[in-house]
Amino acid sequence: MSKNAIIAGLAVFVAAALFPFWFNIGGTNAAPEIELSAKAKAAKKCVLDKYDMRANHMTILNDWRTSVVRDSNRMYKSANGKEFGMSLSTGEDSCLGCHTDKEKFCDRCHTYASSAPYCWECHTDPKEVTQ
Amino acid sequence: MNNSRKSFLKKSRRSFLKAAGISAVAIGAAPAIKAVAVASGGGGSASSLPVVSPKAEALSAKRWGMAIDTSKITDEVVESVVAACRNAHNIPDFTIEPDEEKYPKTRPAKKMQEIKWIWEEHYQYAFPEMEDEFLAEKYKVLPFLVTCNHCKNAPCVQACPTKATFKRPDGIVIMDYHRCIGCRFCMAACPYGSRSFNFRDARPFIEKINPEFPVRSKGVVEKCNLCAERLAKGEQPACVEASEGAIVVGDLEDPESEVRVLLNDNYAIRRKQELGTEPSVYYIM
Repeated sequence: MSKNAIIAGLAVFVAAALFPFWFNIGGTNAAPEIELSAKAKAAKKCVLDKYDMRANHMTILNDWRTSVVRDSNRMYKSANGKEFGMSLSTGEDSCLGCHTDKEKFCDRCHTYASSAPYCWECHTDPKEVTQ
Repeated sequence: MNNSRKSFLKKSRRSFLKAAGISAVAIGAAPAIKAVAVASGGGGSASSLPVVSPKAEALSAKRWGMAIDTSKITDEVVESVVAACRNAHNIPDFTIEPDEEKYPKTRPAKKMQEIKWIWEEHYQYAFPEMEDEFLAEKYKVLPFLVTCNHCKNAPCVQACPTKATFKRPDGIVIMDYHRCIGCRFCMAACPYGSRSFNFRDARPFIEKINPEFPVRSKGVVEKCNLCAERLAKGEQPACVEASEGAIVVGDLEDPESEVRVLLNDNYAIRRKQELGTEPSVYYIM
């Protein structure tokens, strides 16, 4: 007699546990394509190579901040020989100096990955000001 | 049987000693081999490691300090200095009306929530210990500019529990806003009131955001950074540029520097010297 109740309960449980999977079936959840700005495309080389950047850009930003604020070292000569100003958003040789479109470069992936870095609480996208 | 066992043992011992000897040599030689490898092969890869450095045009000093010529401070100079600092560092002005469209329903801010980096103060408040009975009349009305003193023995640095506030080797007392937890111990420790707490989101109260410098988020303390970001680009601090020669910033440890020459030629005082914080801001009287 309790067999039916157990099976029904199990069915409900399995359905609930698999909710994220069946809920997203048929949805369009393809990873977003990052669009490089013309300037970034022309520059070819970033601080690290593409996959390293993808995985480690947050560590780099963290290290850069420490270097700039604590040691007053503001120039970074990368292992590939290119020089950068160690800044997220100020100057032509900063991150946003090359990756000019924050919306298409930063936000797309962060939104997709539900990551909400607090960089922009304080740092300013120069484009946002001129708009 | 006994014999063969003996020979087996003998042989085994011999080979054991051989192996042990070779191992000992190998272990002993390992550091030397490694050192050689680093010196030859590692040398090439060391040059391709990232290198950090200050900008070539950066200004440097053994200990940054400031001299303010009080005779040159007028109301106009005060106004332009405060405005220059405000624009350079995105300091909110709570007297302005926020843009209703961009920031709807922004509550007006209280006077006590104001953010100050450099501001006007009267002599009797800037130098409360100097209670001269017959103080020259002019000092009672003269505007004084006060700011962070970038003390040699900064009490705020000692008070900060997270090392968000720290002293750079060149004497600038500076903050890492990322690290500030907003405990306000530094504000209690600073005898000059040079620190302000962000009770509010500053953005609605900034007329025009300067993208060259970040805004601060709600919940952190902030203060004058002696324009470290401008010194790093080889520029003088914003207040110096706006002050028409009333403010001079330079190296206190260099007897040839402009600041030291001024201090040598004039009588200068510092705020609350008796506390032993060794302020780096001098007022030429």
